Amino acid sequence: MQRSLAFGAYLLFSSLLLALLLYSGRQQADTVAEHYFPANRQLVKQLGLTDLSIWSEARYTRHPSQADLFTAFQDYPGAFDHFPAGSIIGPGCLQGSPSLSFQKRGQP
Amino acid sequence: MSARLKILEHALASMARRKQKNFAIIAVYTLTVATLASILFLTQALRNEAANVLLGAPDLVVQRLLAGHHDLIPKQYAEQIAKLPGVGKVTPRVWGYYYDSLKKVNFTLLGVNDASEPPLLAGHLPTSGRQCALGRGIADTYGVEIGDSLVLVDSKNRTLLYEITGLFSHQSSLLTNDLILLPEAELRRFFALPDSQASDLAVQVYNEQEVSTLAKKIKHQLPDTRPIGKMEILHTYDTVFNWRSGIMLTIFSSALIAFCILAWDKATGISAEEKREIGILKAIGWETSDVLLLKFWEGLAVSLSSFLLGTIIAYLHIFFFGAGVLGPVIQGWSVLFPKFDLTPAIDLYQIFALAGLTIIPYIACTVIPSWKNAVTDPDSVMRS
Amino acid sequence: MAALIQAHTLSKIYNRHQADEVRALSEVTFSVEAGEAVVLQGPSGSGKTSLLSLIGCMTRPTSGQLRIGEKEVSRLPEPFLARVRRETFGFIFQQLNLLRDLSVLDNILLPLYPADLKTAEMHSRAERVLEQLNLLEKQRMKVAQLSGGEQQRVAIARALINQPEIIIADEPTAHLDSTLSKELLVILEHLKKDGKTIVFATHDPYVYQHRLVDRRFSMHDGVLRKAE
Repeated sequence: MQRSLAFGAYLLFSSLLLALLLYSGRQQADTVAEHYFPANRQLVKQLGLTDLSIWSEARYTRHPSQADLFTAFQDYPGAFDHFPAGSIIGPGCLQGSPSLSFQKRGQP
Repeated sequence: MSARLKILEHALASMARRKQKNFAIIAVYTLTVATLASILFLTQALRNEAANVLLGAPDLVVQRLLAGHHDLIPKQYAEQIAKLPGVGKVTPRVWGYYYDSLKKVNFTLLGVNDASEPPLLAGHLPTSGRQCALGRGIADTYGVEIGDSLVLVDSKNRTLLYEITGLFSHQSSLLTNDLILLPEAELRRFFALPDSQASDLAVQVYNEQEVSTLAKKIKHQLPDTRPIGKMEILHTYDTVFNWRSGIMLTIFSSALIAFCILAWDKATGISAEEKREIGILKAIGWETSDVLLLKFWEGLAVSLSSFLLGTIIAYLHIFFFGAGVLGPVIQGWSVLFPKFDLTPAIDLYQIFALAGLTIIPYIACTVIPSWKNAVTDPDSVMRS
Repeated sequence: MAALIQAHTLSKIYNRHQADEVRALSEVTFSVEAGEAVVLQGPSGSGKTSLLSLIGCMTRPTSGQLRIGEKEVSRLPEPFLARVRRETFGFIFQQLNLLRDLSVLDNILLPLYPADLKTAEMHSRAERVLEQLNLLEKQRMKVAQLSGGEQQRVAIARALINQPEIIIADEPTAHLDSTLSKELLVILEHLKKDGKTIVFATHDPYVYQHRLVDRRFSMHDGVLRKAE
């Protein structure tokens, strides 16, 4: 009897925990839908953004909705961007290309 | 207590005898479920994010295609499009990419005209020529703040300095992570773009229902353009995450299959010991159905507890720990990768599908192989 | 009064119509009255165990009839046979057939799980048989930790828990020394006094010559004869 009780208790506990997580997730989503989504939507509208900024390595990953129709694999300078190679081999090094740097305030 | 519960009691007692083996199976099983559920949660959350946020995207984006790829679009196209009935404002957009070969990062440079303060920005948008605003990802990667200067090298190899006047907040990272905003005029100078051309055109359409009709009209009037509707953008995200998660589902479904093979092997290779036990139970008066119920309970105990535990772990992993383990897999070679601070978006259907796909096969793997032994006459027990 | 066990021309053929066909029993006819202790003797391979399996409803005869009490069981479908096994018989196997990693209590409760009994009833029955067999203090121990004699008593306790009318024992003393054999027969004598019917198979003279035995049969090549 004790074993099935313990097992039942475990199932009940973990189901409740999962339900609680899902419920709190729903609550959280509602708050976000009220505050954070509208702000971001406004930002998208003002800047005229079209895509999420998740993968910046290639045009078809940075701006998937804007990428060229027939040249699917394109644009990352030096990348072997053909699946699956592109996801296994790291991009090569481009010689003599520009770079990005910053100058701290007050420094020459 | 009913006979069913008593048989459950025996099933648990019987599993407790093989603690190590059962814990190992539960651990592997939980890990498999946690991985699959993590992928589902993550992609669902990203899709949800895209669907909600990109609602603000331009109704139509009109690109010019030259030799099959994206080219600069003449501004006079904007005037032509603006004359079409139903079209609101047509805004020429100026944007491009900039590559840092040291950190191997691609940035998106975007020209802004509108200096009114956007939400989620600390500081202000660039107004004069030598100013810029940055996404949080860049600021974090290079460790810079408002007041520092951005150094860019243009196509004529001239070094240009831009003072940082604004930084986007973390909350907008999924949108602005790699963005560099410059005043439009300055960006044109930097890229050496002629004033008469733009990267593409953002078109406002009054009636949402008319977007596709307008797209057709534009395509008809300006055959060298490619209009992209907002719904297409959203649709792209749906398929992108399907595809991305598809790769991982492929990888991890092989994990799942491997697990099934393990389960099948474990169950079909019913040990002599287990066979003997089934025989004993039948000899002392258990019916075939009682034996099968026993095996059902064993399978259910393992699979249900693993499923619940795995799903809980996946939820915590994605929404409390920012997809720490899975993130790098999705990240790929991306250097500027946004920190996931995702909003939970759960599709209950997916959870039930996952439950069905993991629990039922496992139970089948435990019950079916015992079947043959359970229906055999128990007199072999007398002869062993 | 009709006999408790009535077998009429029982035959059992294993692997029928195959190359390795074995005729284990040929037309066995006999009966056992309620309260009797009957012994089947004979060399190994003579069909004793096959006959016990048939009587104990563990398998069905190839031909012939078998009545247990009022019930004709030779053609019953499997779930009913299991029920007859559970409600009418207690088995003591040659190899004991205990689940060694489970506790004594868990082992002897096993036959009761499929029955619809109240938990309290199950435990009071268990307590009774444990007391009867002097195992009360060992009930939480695992069977593997017990001595041979204690294990034998656990096997008997399991056979008794469902309050069977008939006890079937296949070579019960095969793995016991003489002291333990004596102990076992004392227990069986008590059971007989309580009105249980006992059917043994054995080739141990100590068992078949014991005073508790009412009738003896000898088996040879699947044929049953009355023993002198």
